[in-house]
Amino acid sequence: MIELEPVIGLEIHVQLATKTKMFCGCEPVFGENPNTRTCPVCLGLPGALPVINERAVDFGLRLGLALGCELANRSIFHRKNYFYADLPKGYQISQFDEPLCSGGFLDGVRIHRVHLEEDAAKLVHSSSSGRIQGADSSVVDFNRGGTPLAEIVTEPDITSAAQAREWLSLLRTTVKSLGISDVSMEEGSLRCDANISLRPVGETTLGTKTELKNMNSFRFVEKGIEAEIERQRELIQSGGTVVQETLHFDPRSGSLTALRSKEEAHDYRYFPEPDLLPVAVGPEMIKAAQDSLPELPAARASRYEEEFGLASELAQRLAFNGDLGDLFEATAAICGAGSDARLVATWVNGEVSSRVDEGSDQTVEPEALAELLGLLEDDKITTAAARGILDTLIEHGGSPADLVESQGLGKVGGGDELSAAVDAAIASDPEAAAKVAAGEQKALGPLVGLVMKATQGRADGGEVRALIFSKLADS
Amino acid sequence: MIDRSEVLHIAKLARLSISDEEVDVLAAELSGILDHVEMISKLNLAGVEPSAHSVAQTGWLRPDVPHQSLAREKALDQAPATDGEGFEVPPPGSGT
Amino acid sequence: MSTDSTKLSVTETVAAVASGLLSKAELHAAWLDRAGLDDLNALSWVSDSPELVHGDGPLGGVPLGVKDLFCTEGVPSQSGSKILEGYLPPYTATVVEALAQAGAPLIAKTHQDEFAMGSSNENCAFGPVLNPWDRGRVPGGSSGGSAAAVAAGLVPWALGTDTGGSIRQPAALCGVVGLKPTYGSVSRYGMIAFASSLDQAGPITRTVADAGLLYSQMTGKDPRDATSVEHPDSVEPVVPMDLTGVRLGVPEELTGEGVEPGVREAFEATLDLARSLGATVAPCPLPHAPHALSAYYLIAPAECSSNLARLDGVRFGLRVDPDEGLDGMYGATRAAGFGPEVRRRIMLGTYALSSGYYDAYYGRAQRVRTLISQDFDSAFEDFDAIVTPTSPSVAFELGSKTADPLSMYLSDFCTVPMSLAGIPAISIPNGLSDGLPVGFQIAGPAFSENRILGIAAALEDGLKFDGSPAWIA
Ligand SMILES: [Zn+2]
Repeated sequence: MIELEPVIGLEIHVQLATKTKMFCGCEPVFGENPNTRTCPVCLGLPGALPVINERAVDFGLRLGLALGCELANRSIFHRKNYFYADLPKGYQISQFDEPLCSGGFLDGVRIHRVHLEEDAAKLVHSSSSGRIQGADSSVVDFNRGGTPLAEIVTEPDITSAAQAREWLSLLRTTVKSLGISDVSMEEGSLRCDANISLRPVGETTLGTKTELKNMNSFRFVEKGIEAEIERQRELIQSGGTVVQETLHFDPRSGSLTALRSKEEAHDYRYFPEPDLLPVAVGPEMIKAAQDSLPELPAARASRYEEEFGLASELAQRLAFNGDLGDLFEATAAICGAGSDARLVATWVNGEVSSRVDEGSDQTVEPEALAELLGLLEDDKITTAAARGILDTLIEHGGSPADLVESQGLGKVGGGDELSAAVDAAIASDPEAAAKVAAGEQKALGPLVGLVMKATQGRADGGEVRALIFSKLADS
Repeated sequence: MIDRSEVLHIAKLARLSISDEEVDVLAAELSGILDHVEMISKLNLAGVEPSAHSVAQTGWLRPDVPHQSLAREKALDQAPATDGEGFEVPPPGSGT
Repeated sequence: MSTDSTKLSVTETVAAVASGLLSKAELHAAWLDRAGLDDLNALSWVSDSPELVHGDGPLGGVPLGVKDLFCTEGVPSQSGSKILEGYLPPYTATVVEALAQAGAPLIAKTHQDEFAMGSSNENCAFGPVLNPWDRGRVPGGSSGGSAAAVAAGLVPWALGTDTGGSIRQPAALCGVVGLKPTYGSVSRYGMIAFASSLDQAGPITRTVADAGLLYSQMTGKDPRDATSVEHPDSVEPVVPMDLTGVRLGVPEELTGEGVEPGVREAFEATLDLARSLGATVAPCPLPHAPHALSAYYLIAPAECSSNLARLDGVRFGLRVDPDEGLDGMYGATRAAGFGPEVRRRIMLGTYALSSGYYDAYYGRAQRVRTLISQDFDSAFEDFDAIVTPTSPSVAFELGSKTADPLSMYLSDFCTVPMSLAGIPAISIPNGLSDGLPVGFQIAGPAFSENRILGIAAALEDGLKFDGSPAWIA
């Protein structure tokens, strides 16, 4: 059987956090009552004309610089013509053959282009199923319509679902650090589509690709791509052929459904937007964008290595996922120079990241984490107890010291409580005790287990072992 | 020249319902006009840049400053169908 | 001087108001009376307000007729189309607003060809406009209602829009003055678009001085129109130019075949007049001008096919819903709402932009446009202005060209090249042929409005054209 490798390219839409829409002065505020943020321009009324938002262009240039793109001297907006209820003018103003930024590179993935466009409005389907098919009627809310978007298109340089997720996370961190977007997948200010195809290993021509849409969390991006790779692999290996289509991933069932299979091929009739003149990108605009660039993730990773002595892989893991990097830095700062930043880094990268969804608000505060790790470092609690407290902190918040106090999670050691627990364990499993006394190390396990159970993990394993030995030796 | 199937395809793209008789009329009319404009195909245009605009060649940008949006009643005022909050449209999925 | 005041030119009226000879209330009442005389179907709406609200600007309270396609808040703005029948916009076009501020308030709106597509006003969903010189004939188009209303004395002056000749050709056919300004010098915000890269608003008036006066208050960069630019010169009150040494170029390509004998005669006579006033007249090549019409009839429909996509039955205007889903509603609404010429151009433009044809049609047309601009650039190295007949024919009979779209398109033969190049051009009446007015077109380089108005005023003085036969008694 031929070995197949996935070829993945991503198209990412980033809603830009400008004060006004792309082509009019309406404020794209979310959660407002429907149709209260509109004007003749974003409603597409007869006679209204678009005017390009300066800040959106600036944000686009910043993004281009951060992604190592070439910035165009002259950039042109085109009309992309098609009819849909969420598109008031019958065309979307987008960019075609002269985008704002082209070429670029981010962590092993080439950037094809970055261009600006306007977002569509929101179409609400009012039927019991909530789906488009079979809806009784639909209502359009134009509040979101016209919000500036930057579309980032990568080359098909990604080879696995996990890489896609990690790369997207780095991109999100990069965009967030630029301060140009909220980059929330949940709220739709960061959206990702993937083009996926498979080809025999060693071949260079691309197979037929499918487009996967609507993956609204990092986890779904990974799961969706994985599912589509598997679908294509099975299809090809059973002698079938992949059809070019757009697919929707349903994270609940893990299934993929074709979105527009019946529809005729689109003919968008792109042509230069006659209501807008080409944008001349002057040196002063580029300089302003350059001056505003923050520390980018790669530089941040290097700094972590130097400043905190982190291993390069760990430094990158934290720096490339901005939420983790921010938490790490904030926590390390609270812990202070006296403590070990590597412990903080390991915990943030391991324990925290496995518990917190990227971009989620439900996370641990740096103050609480610093306090928790302080207790651990001072030997006041065991690692197992610390993990339990972290769960609570993420779920409910609170102070680690209070939790230790109120739930009696303090480490058990030296005193009568541990001694009594060891005595009880020896008494309840005399067979194992005899074996240990006879020098059979393997038999120690069940005894330690009994002690841990009795102390709810608050005892230190080494101390328990030493105590068992000493008690059996004494007897 | 434009045949019936092209007329139907174009009408679909343009979202214009046309009757059967109209298809033939339009095919003839459009072919006639295209015959005439076809004369530009004889021009040698090698090296000539296209002009999307005539006078100014690059534009200016708008400062990112909010304006007053329309009151919702005003936005919805001329709509053929609303639910008081939004513009009602027929369901996109059904029909053709 | 109530009724007679309407016989004055606007420039004279403004002076009369300024000197206290005429009150603004008298002026308003007199013009409301005049507007009430419309038997041409020129006006689509007339103000019923006893008092017009306007600023204290230099236009003296002289009310304005405005082409239907300008959006005017709370006043029907239908662009001559059934799909916008009764449409009341929530805002007013920049230029209409600016003119009211400058003292020219809206008194009436005027009929036009649907979405400004046409050269006869027969493509108006609300019936054709009649030519006041001969009610069996067309007033030209698409700003036919504005031209007929000014010629018949229903309004003192009016706004039109010109995409390929839609101000100049009806002005010529109705015996009035029409100025198409430099593209970008007047805001398009609030003008219901036909072809965005060509559309330009301009004055239709009885005298050249009036055209200059109205234009001087229209021009300027508008923060709501990204294609608008500040006029590099201030637009001065019109003074007839001394034509001594002024070089007029006559392009053979636009003055030869196809021009009616009567139109040619008037044209030659006006050239003689120019010479007698000291101008030099010489042939001026515009080698690509014969291709202008082809380029125009690809570019304008392409842009209109996209501009009219927003007429979709969702946010305003007509909706026809056969209960076949969203696409069914779109198709039925647009089929019912657009007239045959508009449908034809949408189809043509959609075709010209569609996959596989873009390069052959739209792409080539944009290159031809470049060549035409270059032709003008080199012509203006040797000439101060280019002159042609405005229309190859005088007003034709109603219905005589409706069966053949192509013959109608040829009416724009002399006006389209300037539109493609974005340069200003003015039409002035320069005589009669068989009792019908003939127009003379003067075009200059971009932003040369002061110059072409000055030349036009000099010729106007010499021509002494009498427009009174069109005046509704
Ligand atoms: Zn808006």
